[in-house]
Amino acid sequence: MHEFIEYILSYLDSDRTPGAAGNIFWATVYILLVFVGLSIAVICMNWLERKILAHMQVRLGPMRVGPHGLLQPIADAIKLLLKEDIIPAEADAIVFWIAPFIVVLAAFTVFVVVPFGPTHAITDMNIGILFMLGVSSLSVLGIVTAGWASNSHYPLIGALRSSAQMVSYEVAMGLAVVTAIMMTSLGSEGGTLSMIGIVQAQQAQGVWFIFKFFPLGLIAFGIFAIAMVAETNRAPFDLPEAESELTAGFHTEYSGFRWSLFFLAEYSAMIAVSSIAVTLWLGGWLRPFPNTLTGPTWELVFSLFPGITFLFLAAMCFYSTARMPKHPLFRIQTIGLAGFGVVLAGIGLILFTPGVRVRIVDIFWFSAKVAGFMYLYIWYRGTFPRYRFDQLMKVGWKILLPTGLTLMILTAVVGMRMELWAQVQEVMHR
Amino acid sequence: MNPPVATPFFFYLLAATMIIGGILVITRKNAVHSALALITSLLAQAGLYLMLYAPFVAGVQIILYAGGIMVLFLFVIMLISIERAEKERQFNKQWLIGIVAAAALGGLFITVYTATTKGRVLFPEGRMSYGESDNTQRIAMLLFDLHSGTYMFAFEIASLLLLVAIIGAVVMAKKRI
Repeated sequence: MHEFIEYILSYLDSDRTPGAAGNIFWATVYILLVFVGLSIAVICMNWLERKILAHMQVRLGPMRVGPHGLLQPIADAIKLLLKEDIIPAEADAIVFWIAPFIVVLAAFTVFVVVPFGPTHAITDMNIGILFMLGVSSLSVLGIVTAGWASNSHYPLIGALRSSAQMVSYEVAMGLAVVTAIMMTSLGSEGGTLSMIGIVQAQQAQGVWFIFKFFPLGLIAFGIFAIAMVAETNRAPFDLPEAESELTAGFHTEYSGFRWSLFFLAEYSAMIAVSSIAVTLWLGGWLRPFPNTLTGPTWELVFSLFPGITFLFLAAMCFYSTARMPKHPLFRIQTIGLAGFGVVLAGIGLILFTPGVRVRIVDIFWFSAKVAGFMYLYIWYRGTFPRYRFDQLMKVGWKILLPTGLTLMILTAVVGMRMELWAQVQEVMHR
Repeated sequence: MNPPVATPFFFYLLAATMIIGGILVITRKNAVHSALALITSLLAQAGLYLMLYAPFVAGVQIILYAGGIMVLFLFVIMLISIERAEKERQFNKQWLIGIVAAAALGGLFITVYTATTKGRVLFPEGRMSYGESDNTQRIAMLLFDLHSGTYMFAFEIASLLLLVAIIGAVVMAKKRI
């Protein structure tokens, strides 16, 4: 027992990830934390998406279950779990049964390498970004098999569309990623594919890769930002599940728990690709200006942000509480909203304590950047009309792919020129 | 570098998955089931590459085979009418050449195994000396470096072959270019 406690405590001062330190206990803890955190994030996204979409279309959105519909996701989850789970008579039962699990597995496994901080990742792999791209590309297998196994027309069309779409956009996505990876090799011994190494390279070079070789980095980021929406089958690229043409696309025949697995996988895949974008181009866990605004004062100021965010949310809750109708029917909702505000304020105050503050500040900045992408996803859905299929293919193959190729060559040329120039200057100095 | 954990267990697990997957590929009548079994087998193979300290090869295996090629396989297979395909009798008559090839491969395995147990060295024993931490960089040096790039020529030839295949596919698919 004593040895076990020693073993647990021995990791605490480590500056490596649990995977790199070989500590199985903390690796398990991190896996559970990531799983729980993701599930909570998906629940929040469910509510936020409906609310934000509603406000963009001048509606109210969910208002009945809980104050401002805050309990709506929980009500939905209970409804889905209690629903009858139907397997169509003509369906291929085994494949139909496996498909949602493939999608969920692919969507969750990639989080093994997502770097929430220099030590806050489950593990760091030498092939980190390749692993993420590879495993997330497996989710298309689940979608295709789901559509085929349903043995019905709409799902099959959805599955065919989705496989064509995801294979096409993977190419452009890969080219954009290569551009960023080439940038990691500048001014150091060699490039890296490791997710933590990529962020450290940005720190060493003193610039986020989105601003590197302006506008090359920005364009590469743009290509990735478009391709990642197509990869996750979201609007305006949601042809595989286009509700006005295909009912619900590849998951038309699914119901209850299995349908909710598809839902869970879709949102966690969105978070996964967003975290690739954040890691490659937006400096991962680095706070703004990590190299210019240094010193204890700035460290303190930036580490206060997580607490301030939660206090702001709490203040919004209290403001809404004050604006609640004074009718007795709304009394429980008013109390509930005030209680929610108190909980948020409590979390905010905990985040202010020095011990917690320094440990979670990297997680906060990473999550904040990912949250920005999540908002963009909702914004796209609220504003862009859906592409037609030939337009989709045209954008992928005729615009994104040539741009990506040109960009890759240009980045290589500019990077080599910079390296050679540095060598020439070194010789001149001697 | 951390010592490997439970190596024999994972090896036998992955090997068994591969073999079972392989058997299912050739015994299933439904082509989609065969394809799924093949994917399982390929993923287990990626796991074996990982155990050989070759993470880059494992990653490429997942991206190319499981994520790329097999998706295209499924794409084509889905367009086949499964009910007709299941009733169809096997019509390829290659069992003779199949038996010869299997016997030759089996003979090779037995030769290697008996030679190793008798003490003769057909393959030098030893572990991969490259660590997991810089595997990708080392492969890149072997393929692209001007001084130590042993396989540069072979790699470029292979890429040329692929280019020819791509152009060939376009020429064959399009009537008028």
